[in-house]
Amino acid sequence: MGSYSSHLSKIEDLQGIIQETGFTKAHICRLYDRFEELDKNNKGTLSREDFQRIGELAVNPLGDRIINAFFPNEKQTLDFRSFIRILACFRPTAKDKTADPNAPEPINSRTNKLRFAFQLYDLDGDGKISREELIQVLRMMLEAQVTDDQLESITDRTIQEADLDGDGAISFEEFRKSLENINLEHKMSIRFLQ
Amino acid sequence: MALAGGGSRDTRGLCRLSLPGYFILLVTLLNNAEATSRNESILHGQEVEGGNRHPDSSKIHLSRSLTNQEERLSVFSLDYYHVQIPFEITLWILLASLAKIGFHLYHKLATIVPESCLLIIIGLLLGGIIFGAKERSPPVMSTDVFFLYLLPPIVLDAGYFMPSRPFFDNIGTILWYAVVGTLWNIIGIAVSLYGICQVQAFNLSDITLFQTLLFGSLISAVDPVAVLAVFEEIHVNEQLHILVFGESLLNDAVTVALYHIFKSFCQMRDILTVDIFAGIAQFFVVGIGGIIVGIIYGFVAAFTTRFTQNVRIIEPLFVFLYSYLCYLTAEMFRLSGIMALIACSMSMKYYVEENISMKSSTTIKYFMKMWSSVSETLIFIFLGVSTITNTHEWNWAFVCFTLLFCLIWRALGVIVLTQIINRFRKLIITRKDQFIIAYGGLRGAICFSLVFLLPSHIFPRKHLFITSTIVVIFFTVFIQGMTIRPLVNFLDVKKTNKKQPTVSEEIHIRFFDHLLAGVEDICGQWSHYYWRDKAKKFNRNYLSKLLIRDKEPKSGIVALYKKLELKQAIELAESGQLSKVSSSASLLNKKPQKINNVSPDELKKIKDILAKNLYQIRQRTPSYNRHSLPRDTNENQVKEILIRRHGSLRESMRKTTRAKQSDAVKNSPFSQPQNARTTTRPRKKNVAFTVGEDSNLETDSLQLDNLSQSKLRPSPRHQEACGMEWKNEVHRENDRSQKPNSFGYDGGGVGSGNDSRRRPALKKPRTTSDNLEHHYNEHRRSRQGFVEFSPDNWRAESACEEDPEVNDPLIRKPK
Repeated sequence: MGSYSSHLSKIEDLQGIIQETGFTKAHICRLYDRFEELDKNNKGTLSREDFQRIGELAVNPLGDRIINAFFPNEKQTLDFRSFIRILACFRPTAKDKTADPNAPEPINSRTNKLRFAFQLYDLDGDGKISREELIQVLRMMLEAQVTDDQLESITDRTIQEADLDGDGAISFEEFRKSLENINLEHKMSIRFLQ
Repeated sequence: MALAGGGSRDTRGLCRLSLPGYFILLVTLLNNAEATSRNESILHGQEVEGGNRHPDSSKIHLSRSLTNQEERLSVFSLDYYHVQIPFEITLWILLASLAKIGFHLYHKLATIVPESCLLIIIGLLLGGIIFGAKERSPPVMSTDVFFLYLLPPIVLDAGYFMPSRPFFDNIGTILWYAVVGTLWNIIGIAVSLYGICQVQAFNLSDITLFQTLLFGSLISAVDPVAVLAVFEEIHVNEQLHILVFGESLLNDAVTVALYHIFKSFCQMRDILTVDIFAGIAQFFVVGIGGIIVGIIYGFVAAFTTRFTQNVRIIEPLFVFLYSYLCYLTAEMFRLSGIMALIACSMSMKYYVEENISMKSSTTIKYFMKMWSSVSETLIFIFLGVSTITNTHEWNWAFVCFTLLFCLIWRALGVIVLTQIINRFRKLIITRKDQFIIAYGGLRGAICFSLVFLLPSHIFPRKHLFITSTIVVIFFTVFIQGMTIRPLVNFLDVKKTNKKQPTVSEEIHIRFFDHLLAGVEDICGQWSHYYWRDKAKKFNRNYLSKLLIRDKEPKSGIVALYKKLELKQAIELAESGQLSKVSSSASLLNKKPQKINNVSPDELKKIKDILAKNLYQIRQRTPSYNRHSLPRDTNENQVKEILIRRHGSLRESMRKTTRAKQSDAVKNSPFSQPQNARTTTRPRKKNVAFTVGEDSNLETDSLQLDNLSQSKLRPSPRHQEACGMEWKNEVHRENDRSQKPNSFGYDGGGVGSGNDSRRRPALKKPRTTSDNLEHHYNEHRRSRQGFVEFSPDNWRAESACEEDPEVNDPLIRKPK
């Protein structure tokens, strides 16, 4: 990697990033390359339009939501630090479970991954996935020919299965519980970010 | 069909024929065959009357008129010999194709039994008929025909549709399996067979080690087409797919190369050590030389297509001609034609796809599939036909042990090699993968034809080899081919949780998959290989400039839209499909209702709906199927998603242009033309997309290029068709205002050529009103709109005025 060191010098607070995210230097360098690639106008930050240029993202049913997840709280720009922090969530979890229980939870723990996904469902941020929010997500994921009635019955069933306290919405805990059988680490880890 | 059997390959030296010469050469070959008894062709079911057998001069008069004592002018006559050869070739191919139709009529049959099996059965039946009718063995396929005509389409097809990025990502593993694995198989089979032959009881002692080596080399060629077909159904790890596919391709090359080396060894009287080294060196030379030849031809082809914009009709021909020439050239130099063809198609593909039109690209793909399908069909039918012969030599021990050793050594090889290679891989190859690789080692066409190539004078027991080869092929194709799918399903079921996933689990799992795919796309694809980056840079800086016309980069979205028919998209919007999407807001406005409990049969319905309607995750590696075009982007799904999202995409487009307009003339390479220009042409609203892309859809940049402002027309009557400029699609036949040279913005007044580098799409003089009118005629009429063009605007983006209520995909102007 020829331009390795020159890149590294551009990244601020490299050590801090390594500490926080757990990425290796090589990965950080790669992601910085990607950041620069996406940043067409060399602004130093990314905007939503930069993300929307990614072709494959455009045909992802959840494309809009994913992009929104990178711009929380109505922010319009994204700097590298935040970019990499969000991506760190998708780092594969370490195999060793000998974590010190008092240490702060690593950014790529199962809980954090779930929380990220939860955020995508829960647009208004009230900590619960309401029926309407779920309908919206389902509408995005299903083909256009599914009727509203069918959609509603699917939603009802989903909530029925997950909702334990009967409030008609799915809280984070209920969400987590409904997914306890699934091997999440595998499903929410980018493979080449080892 | 009389084809000379057992011909050697030395006569190929003079052949530098292009594809149309296919049939001419075939005719020559066929004329060498025996000329007798060609009159009866049971295929067209006609018995020739009379005993006159002279092939060229006899005319058989079926005179319906009165007398035939003298040579009167015959009203009606039959002259079969005149058309015999093309007639029979066509009939064979037609028969093969009809057989294929037949299988697929019974859908159940097609899923249980792979096509190759059915084709062999047909061949057997045919062979039986011919044998029965003539009391003689049916003709056998000439190896020249196989290697010169039947094999290249198959290899070309595989090479062209090979997804290059996964291939090169896994090139180490693929080479490991192909080269080392094949060597392992060959030596294992050869040595163990030799051991068996030493046993006196089996009556095989006259078979030498070199003979078994040669036999081993030909029997190791693996052809997993049936396995690849299975992959479509079962959800296969993408790594596995590319491994199997890549291995099969390179495996063929290795086998053929080794076969020739061993054949030369067999023919030498005594083997010196220097010969062994020469053999090894020859192996490498053959492989690498083939690749070099392939790359040269690939680049020449790419370069040629750079200039084909005026002759779009024959673009596909270039691809095929160059590929075939490449193969023949490599064969001429005794290099590996298969490697050459693979290298040629892979290197050519990227650049050619950039240069040629969409229609040519589709044509190429269809023709490739067609030819390779026909070739494969013919090969299997011949295989069946050649089985029915009375020259078989059966030896229980040899045949059974050959089969046994093939299976054992393949399994052992895969296990051992995988253990070693897994240490170097990031994504390990699981046991299930190993099983599939090992079990999917079917033998096919290559070993069948190579065995006929064995020289009889050193192989007194050639028929024994032929028999055992045929048995091995039959066994693997029938038994393994038919059972692999159930076995894999069985394995799958064992692994997964017995419990059916609940509805919420299904939804969430799919949600996560989409999320992960999206985040991975944001990260872009990368590998850890230094050389890959270098190659990409080299490609970008030098090769693309040289080989691609105009360096018109393609964006993912534009490429996808190319596949959409704009009309269809708009219709979809109009028919109210999209209204469902936008009306999700209405759902939200409803009062929150109580959750109804869902009954069990409703549950089943729900699951069905989910199973059918959930969007698929984007597949990274397009699946390969010899019998159909790859559906690499699931077009309907993509279409829908794009249409639904166009609202937000539109927003972003608008913002982009606004942003770009605001920083007017800057050093940004995508700067807009001056706004001052816009005032001169108030009525022209030209919107075009040019997009920048790196390679392989990595990054896209959409550039919205607005040339003028316009006022929105409020009235719906002036809705107009919006045309996107399809790259390379516009034909120049109707050009009226065509400029003689393709550069220059003169006359159109749209400004100094400030960005010759930026507007590649606009350099070509496009037609103005004619083409797009032609395209969108009916549609426009139905919408009571009209496309507005100024005659001297040769840039031919259609004007697009929009009614705010109308959802039209993507083309916008800033307000």
